[in-house]
Amino acid sequence: MQIYLPIAEVSVNAFLLLGLGGMVGVLSGMFGVGGGFLMTPLLFFIGIPPAVAVATEANQIVASSFSGVLAHLRRKTVDFRMGIVLLIGGLIGAALGVQLFNALKAMGQVDLLVRLSYVVFLGIIGGLMFIESLNAIRKTRAGAAPTRSKHTWMHNLPFKMRFRTSGLYISVIPPLVVGLLVGVLAAIMGVGGGFIMVPAMIYLLGMPTKVVVGTSLFQIIFVTAFTTLLHATTNFTVDMVLAVLLLVGGVIGAQVGTQIGTKLKAEQLRILLAIMVLAVCGKLALDLLLQPAELYSLGVGGHS
Amino acid sequence: MIRFCTIAFLAMFAALPLRAEEVVAGLSQNRISITTNFDGSEILIFGAVKREATIPEGEPLEVIITVAGPSEPVVVRKKDRRFGIWINTAAVEVDSAPSFYSVATSAPWEEVVTDVEDLRHKISVTRAIRSVGAPSEVRNSETFTEALIRIREADDLYQTNINSVDVSQQTLFSTSVQLPANLTEGDYVARFFLTRGGVVLDQHETTIFVQKVGLERFLYNLAHEQPLVYGLLSLFIAIVAGWGASAFFRYLRG
Repeated sequence: MQIYLPIAEVSVNAFLLLGLGGMVGVLSGMFGVGGGFLMTPLLFFIGIPPAVAVATEANQIVASSFSGVLAHLRRKTVDFRMGIVLLIGGLIGAALGVQLFNALKAMGQVDLLVRLSYVVFLGIIGGLMFIESLNAIRKTRAGAAPTRSKHTWMHNLPFKMRFRTSGLYISVIPPLVVGLLVGVLAAIMGVGGGFIMVPAMIYLLGMPTKVVVGTSLFQIIFVTAFTTLLHATTNFTVDMVLAVLLLVGGVIGAQVGTQIGTKLKAEQLRILLAIMVLAVCGKLALDLLLQPAELYSLGVGGHS
Repeated sequence: MIRFCTIAFLAMFAALPLRAEEVVAGLSQNRISITTNFDGSEILIFGAVKREATIPEGEPLEVIITVAGPSEPVVVRKKDRRFGIWINTAAVEVDSAPSFYSVATSAPWEEVVTDVEDLRHKISVTRAIRSVGAPSEVRNSETFTEALIRIREADDLYQTNINSVDVSQQTLFSTSVQLPANLTEGDYVARFFLTRGGVVLDQHETTIFVQKVGLERFLYNLAHEQPLVYGLLSLFIAIVAGWGASAFFRYLRG
């Protein structure tokens, strides 16, 4: 069934969009990532204009994250206090990121920057997670108890705060900085930032994996809602019809994903996410390295 | 003065046979509504040649029909290999390129129109695109225009259909133009050219209005006129959908 999208001005198959939304929703619920880093390239691929894809994707992530966070709330696996600290950093970061994005856009090559940052960040994070979770699986097989996070310099910083749900007593500075950095990257790369946030929470802040997913989703809702409003009011690129189709699939998928997530072990969950992140990274790297079939591309004219 | 009058008179006289054949044309629809389930559209274009005298001897009558969407500037970028990766290195701004362009002819290109006439009336796809000039540091700027045409042809946005106009008895003609699903709004101009021996005898123009209607129209207007309301509504839908799915799944599990 073909459907004409009023803002994107293209006609696409409605079931294809529902399917894509569902697939990405499952991943979103399982891993606590918004799924934007997967969905945005997929939308480009089916012919949605990039500006519309990025803006609409933000709107869809709000829905799937909200659906996911409700499931986590019931299980009491959301650390609100940590979420709010991260969010404050995230909003500041997003605002800075948008400024940076516009500055780079004026210089040209913003497309390349986005792709390169995808490849670099996805590569580093995917690689680290993959090695770490392989080691963890090997250790549990060997029967050794998982080592408790060590006492690092981060524990000596001021403004300590107790995060009961996470079982942490750390300074608010690391989470604020993590939120800020993720916010900047999220604005540049046009995604919620969960795929960076989740590993950062696990490895940098030392939060338990179970809490990480819910807290990340909680924070993503607000960052992406903020982005959606920004895009809707400045660029008019949020396509409501596209968003509805994606989110109907997405919210159902997120529920299914959350169920699958609870049945898997933390290490397995992490290794799956690592493989997925590496796969997307590999695809993007190939696009940069191999000669494209069409050397030319079209952009909107007028002096931008 | 006398000489001038003679020339003017001669010119008029010479021009008369040109007007002896005129286009009378029609479209199956001159208003295309983009609805939610819009999936492209086919327009039947037909017409006849009106003439006072008998059909002239010699070169056969040929017909060219073009349909052009609204024009807009387009940036064409070219990728090159730098430091092992493919990045955009050069860009050319094409001043005005139609969002959709279709040319249908009744015979092979060389037989229907000469290059001079093509240039004058901007009939072929290449001529319909206006490119004032590329920055001096870009060589082969025409390859950029070629690329623009190639990319849009792949999307069916630019079509050249040779021999697709049926002309019968040198009087009646018809063709159909397939409008793709990824159509943009605007006024589309259909042009008709009558030619003999490659020279344009008469031309006629008519407009096809392409417009979003219903829900499409409503959402488009809301997004542009009340962006904040539109944005908040989008978020509201997202939150309700998220909550709805969650509540539904909880109900399912009892």
